[in-house]
Parts: sequence; C-alpha cells; structure tokens
Amino acid sequence: MKREEALKIAILKLGAILLTSIPEELTDEDALEFQNDLLEMVKRTNAKGAVIDITALQIVDSYMARVLNDTARMLKLLGAQAVLCGMNPQVALTLVEMGRELIGVQTALNLEHGVGVLYRLLDSEENL
Amino acid sequence: MPLKDVTVEIRSQRDIITARQEAREMARRLGFKLADQTRLATAVSELTRNALQYGRGGVCSIEEASNATDIRICVVVRDQGPGIADIQKAMTYGYSTGKSLGAGLPAARNLMHEFSITSEPGNTEVRACMGRRR
Repeated sequence: MKREEALKIAILKLGAILLTSIPEELTDEDALEFQNDLLEMVKRTNAKGAVIDITALQIVDSYMARVLNDTARMLKLLGAQAVLCGMNPQVALTLVEMGRELIGVQTALNLEHGVGVLYRLLDSEENL
Repeated sequence: MPLKDVTVEIRSQRDIITARQEAREMARRLGFKLADQTRLATAVSELTRNALQYGRGGVCSIEEASNATDIRICVVVRDQGPGIADIQKAMTYGYSTGKSLGAGLPAARNLMHEFSITSEPGNTEVRACMGRRR
C-alpha cells in the first residue's frame, strides 16, 4: 500500500514577513505540521510576522479554529505578528453560529489587505 | 426517489475529510444552499472527529430523510467506544475529557436543526438532521 505523503504547505518569505496559503482540505496532522513549520520558519528567517491566507478553506471546524488561534498566539510568543486573511463568508457564518468566538485572531478580507494590516501592526510596534 | 444513503467508515483523519465531502455533496444534490452545505459539512467534521478520537473510529451514514413537507438530510455517527458518561456535560461548551476545546458537540448541535445522542459503553450514536421546506 502506498503511504500517504504528508502535505507540505509552502511558506514564502517576502522581506520581513512570511506569506502562506492553506489548501482546501487538510487533515488534523497536516494542520499541526503546518503550525510547526511556520513557527520554525519565523525563527529561522527572523520574520516579523506572517499572513496566513485561508481563502481555499471551505470548512473551519472547532479543531481547525483552535489550530489557527494557537498558531497566532504562538507567533506572538516568539515576538511575531499573525494576520489571517481571506475567510470564506460561509465559514465566518458557521464559526459564529457554532457558539463562541473561535477565532480570536487579527483578520483581513483578502491577501492584499492582510499584508497591509500586518505592515501597519509592525509599524505601530516600532513607534512604541 | 430519495437519494441513496452514503456510508463512510471512520478509521483515519482522511475519512473525516471524505465524510464531510460526501455530506456536502448530498446536501448540494438535495438543493440546500451553500450556507447549509457548510453547516452540515462542519457538523459532520466535528462528529466524525469525536468518533475517531473518543470512539476509536466508527461509521458515518448520511441519509436523505425527506417527508411530504420537507427535504431533510440526516447524519448518523456511530462508534463502539467507551461511550459518553455524562451527555449533558458533553454538550456543555468547554467541557472535554480529552485535550480538545470541548466545542465539538455543542458546535454541531448549534449548526443542525435536530440533534440527539444515545450512548452506552460500546455503543454511541449521534443523530443530526437539517431540513428545508419543499
């Protein structure tokens, strides 16, 4: 039997920030691996922040919501910022109906805004 | 003619994805809107993950259960795990016997129109349905 290959999610460096896009379907394990890869990449590249694009995600259940939340908090602990962008409207609707605010992360409408929001966050940090 | 039932064995994380895709597809074929397709697929994701995590795997069956007035779709997830000792507690947001957020069951209930659980050691069944007027 063919072993299932672990999904590798590309993380791109753009100046001081990282860009990454989560694919349509990923298993719980893929999600945790992505979390780990992103943290490592931030550390390795001295990135100041990351924009995580979730345009392709059609479903964010409580597990995925937690992974996204945790990832943003972990980046903060490292001293980096995270912005989540491109949430599908149906996903937003579902997350709210599911009960609590599962996503406690900085968000933006799309990738372009996400990069803008991240740069502004970083600017305001520098001006402190 | 109602659509044929779809049954997905839940043995690995991949099967969670298959189950929610099948559920979405059936909802789409039954004419449910995108929002309902997403609600259903998300609920199926929560329930099948529970079966995998706590019930050591199980079976997810997706059925059309329409009647004279409503188009209905039901999801039944069964597992042979240890069972849910306190269903009322398990339905409380933030309660978990594992490491999870404790949001899965209440989330699934909130997304669906009907929701019921029966559980005893070796036999747990969660049934969740959603409907729309014909």
